[in-house]
Amino acid sequence: MSAAPFVSLEGLTRSFAGVRALDGVDVAFHAGEVHVLLGENGAGKSTLAAILAGVQQPDAGTVRIDGTLRSLSSPREAMARGIGVVFQHPRFVPSLSLADNVALGGGPWWRRPLPAEIARRMREAERRIGATAPLDPLAKAGSLSQGELQRAQIVRALMRDSRLLVLDEPTSMLTPEEAADLVALMRRLADDPDRPMAIVFVTHKLDEALDCGDRITVLRRGRKAGELRPGADMPREAARRALLAMMFSGAAALAPRPSTGVLPDAGREILRIEGLVAPPLDGIYLSVRAGEIVGVAGIDGNGQRELAEALAGQRAMVAGDIRLDGLPLGPLGVAARFRRGLRYASDDRLGEGAVGALPIALNLLLKRIGAAPFWRRGVARRVAMDAHARAMIAAFDIRAPGPHTLAAHLSGGNLQKVILARELETGARAIVFAKPTHGLDIVSAAACRERIRAAARSGLAVLLISTDLDEIVELADRVVVMSRGRIVARVAGGEGAREAVGRAISRGERRAEAQA
Amino acid sequence: MTDLLTPAFATALLAGAITAGVPLLLAGLGEQMSQKAGVLNIGLEGMMLAGAYAAFVAAHGAGPWAGFAAGMLAGMAVAAVMAVMSVRFGLNQIVTGIALLLGVEGVTAILHHLKFATTYPRLSPVASWPLPGLAELPVAGPALFDRPAIVYGAIALVAAMAWIYRRTYFGLALQAAGERPSALDAAGGDVVRTRAAAVLAAGACAGLGGAFMSVVAAGIFVPFMTNGAGFIAIVLAMLARGRPLMVLCGALLFGACLSAATALQVAGVDAPVDIVQMLPFAAVLLVLALFGQGGALPAALGEAWRRGDPLGK
Repeated sequence: MSAAPFVSLEGLTRSFAGVRALDGVDVAFHAGEVHVLLGENGAGKSTLAAILAGVQQPDAGTVRIDGTLRSLSSPREAMARGIGVVFQHPRFVPSLSLADNVALGGGPWWRRPLPAEIARRMREAERRIGATAPLDPLAKAGSLSQGELQRAQIVRALMRDSRLLVLDEPTSMLTPEEAADLVALMRRLADDPDRPMAIVFVTHKLDEALDCGDRITVLRRGRKAGELRPGADMPREAARRALLAMMFSGAAALAPRPSTGVLPDAGREILRIEGLVAPPLDGIYLSVRAGEIVGVAGIDGNGQRELAEALAGQRAMVAGDIRLDGLPLGPLGVAARFRRGLRYASDDRLGEGAVGALPIALNLLLKRIGAAPFWRRGVARRVAMDAHARAMIAAFDIRAPGPHTLAAHLSGGNLQKVILARELETGARAIVFAKPTHGLDIVSAAACRERIRAAARSGLAVLLISTDLDEIVELADRVVVMSRGRIVARVAGGEGAREAVGRAISRGERRAEAQA
Repeated sequence: MTDLLTPAFATALLAGAITAGVPLLLAGLGEQMSQKAGVLNIGLEGMMLAGAYAAFVAAHGAGPWAGFAAGMLAGMAVAAVMAVMSVRFGLNQIVTGIALLLGVEGVTAILHHLKFATTYPRLSPVASWPLPGLAELPVAGPALFDRPAIVYGAIALVAAMAWIYRRTYFGLALQAAGERPSALDAAGGDVVRTRAAAVLAAGACAGLGGAFMSVVAAGIFVPFMTNGAGFIAIVLAMLARGRPLMVLCGALLFGACLSAATALQVAGVDAPVDIVQMLPFAAVLLVLALFGQGGALPAALGEAWRRGDPLGK
């Protein structure tokens, strides 16, 4: 490992709309080292990555590359200086082939290499990362999985002779096996005897950081909270405790509380689904009682999303019956179902769940547009809206400057709080959660789970759709397993539920494969 | 009907289709490039009109080639304003385009009034370049192969555009700028430069198309003489799904409609002129109704782009 860092950042500061995303951060990246940037959502990790990528400019602070002061005024310049970036949401043109995407921006305006030549260079880079299954250069980028797109970004960075590779939350979209492969790949690039690379690995997952970091820098609310070099001299548990202290110091205890597995006895049936058919849903029967949390487990894409949409009124049903408090919801639309008390917290938070360009105050009223007391004869009443928003911000602990902050500027955890505040407001009878903690940091996720429990305790019927088995087992009183649009197993919560649900999921998978 | 299909009618229709179609072809090819890059160039008609006027003035003084050059430069000058306002500063493309069109209509009308109100000069016909052998063919010969060089140039441009789109980095960058500008940016491309280049090229093509109208087809300049051709070209570009050859086909089809009035008169058909003059626009509507569905326009067409916009893609 060379003594002088390849890239060093000093006093880096960047604000957005009055919020300091980065506040005087010093950090240096060395060749041959996997450097983890660890922190919860909103800690400033992604802003730091964006500055390295040339996507954003610091308000203050300096960037040195090989000791020389440089500006990274555009991604083009960052790339030319040897910085390659793997964005969390891959920036590829979906309608272009992978080869075209990789070639994009790679030369002057005229003659570009033939696809075969690009494919050859891609294979070369893939050999360097030891990829076993090569990417298809002719496949359209839009048809590839997240893991493949990520690898394509790495391949492109290598083809441009990057010396530092920034990976922004690279494991958030990957399966555990893919994530393990990625960690091995980072190690391989850092340890390359000919061209050791500097790796910057951005994550909010503590264990990942401990697994692969040569050096871990913890960011907290835009400041550097500390730096650590876990190694032989430091036992893992001690490193873990030290990092937790740096990340949260003083935050609430995070230990999960297992569900009691006892059915609440007061439960009257609130939500009843009978023979629901809405392709790909193929005859769903389910009932949820007051105060009960029913978990819906299964591999993503087996109809969970469609079930939630059919319940919320966003998807037409072909046959079957959905009843709330005994009354059929039949043809009622989204707004009518919301008024009856059927609520839905979508996992597509900044799409279906909230409008990024609107302030918190309006997002809180998104499903009640035009309703008194916030509108009177079609005219918006700002005072009532703002007062309502302020009350909600306090009640749900939404961390935002005020009711006029745009939803797009909120972190995932805070956005989820806005959505929950809206859906749990007065009059809720039943609520559907779709992957409620997906993409949230541990503190936000814990707070969100507590909200779900509280909702059930207050007598709501809760349907919890999740792909996180631990979460379902922790929260649910009963679990149903979905496969190919049907419920293939029903398991009682509590002891042994995890194993039973896991078995049912893999059984469903095998059957699906056998049929395919 | 059979007496319509005389050689004289066919020649007139074909020749007219070329004469009326070349401006549409040039402007349509330019618009296609601009749209590929994600810029909906509503001001195309203004760029044509500017080109028509500048070309007329230059051709009047220094001959047709000077006219073509002046037409391209004038189109690019208007396009430069478009590029600065809607690409560099991200203003609304539609508003900018409409403002440019209205501005150019006014300016060319005033300039023409000041300079030529009393003289109404007429240019001598542009010399044609008969292609040896082909020009002697019956019907098609005089209509297709005995034309000014710029006609062949316009058709060669179809192949040139196809080559640019398929085989150059610039073609790739254009497509990325129109589909997902942030991807081009992240890949180390320059969105602003790519889009600006496309808009300037569109201006040059539209200006040349306008020059063809005043210098070759009409031989005079009349205020508002483009008469909606720029908008037809926009529709052509939208329907062509990114393929230059489709612009050529569409331009010839609409050119044929535009020239049908003359051709029908040659054939001695007594149809009201007003009805016949509606033909091209009715054809636009018909084609839109038939092929407008499921058209594949670039995803980011018409969207301003700024780096790191938290609300952007």
